[in-house]
Amino acid sequence: MKSSIIILLFFAAGVLAGFADFIPSILTENDYSQWALYLLMFLVGISIGADTASLKAIRSFNLKILLVPVFTILGTTLGTIILWFFVTDYSFQDLLSVGYGFGYYSLSSIFITEIRGEELGVVALLSNVMREIITLLLAPLFAIYLGKIAPICSGGATSMDTTLPIISKSSGNEYAIISLFHGIILTILVPFLVTLVLSGL
Amino acid sequence: MLTVVAIMVLGIALGYLIRKKKALVFINNKLVMWAIYLLLFLLGVAIGTNQVILNNLPTLGFNAFLISISTILGSVLVAWLGYLLWFKPKNNRE
Repeated sequence: MKSSIIILLFFAAGVLAGFADFIPSILTENDYSQWALYLLMFLVGISIGADTASLKAIRSFNLKILLVPVFTILGTTLGTIILWFFVTDYSFQDLLSVGYGFGYYSLSSIFITEIRGEELGVVALLSNVMREIITLLLAPLFAIYLGKIAPICSGGATSMDTTLPIISKSSGNEYAIISLFHGIILTILVPFLVTLVLSGL
Repeated sequence: MLTVVAIMVLGIALGYLIRKKKALVFINNKLVMWAIYLLLFLLGVAIGTNQVILNNLPTLGFNAFLISISTILGSVLVAWLGYLLWFKPKNNRE
């Protein structure tokens, strides 16, 4: 939770600095973002490969647990398809790329900004922050009415960290490991899926 | 965009190789954090200087909300179905 607040503070500071025209023009005129993105991907890759705890978590489970991230991906896709009938401002790809952030707002908004531009990047940031907040609020209700897996799928990639405490409280501690596993898988998939969707699948 | 995927796979392979070198892993995680801070700061700057986005912020926020709601609803409904089919404890085993 602490790091989410810091991330949003950096974003807010950027908005204020930009609005107050505080930024030297050399920074806004040259576009380094593509290289920054490549570097970030590389570093994120290293941290995933080096994360022995994730590797252990992934190894120690039966096949049934693999279904849970599939539920989330299917459900998110389904929700986006239905929304697409009502929202005409965006292409299906744009909507799906935001949905495939799965609550991982920092990375997904950076990617979407780079590939599609700032406007959709802002939507991705807001939408994925909201996914986290809504999950924090509704996880107990989901667990009661829609089964113990529902809060996990609602949390998306955040089910491994920020929403894990409320999920294990709502669904029971025996679901904490599934939640962790689910979040790890989605966190790894976010950069791939977002890029795949936007590059014209 | 194949480049992006290739770069990440390369990173994962390198990360796996250095996974025992705790100091390197620690430094890398710090770098990731600061890279994210920097890029989101820059996204903020781009938005703060973009009058069109600033004017449309309420609309963008509303659309973002619609996407969150529909993706969450889709996810929990599929999760519910999957729970009933495969995860719900059978009565006779309780």
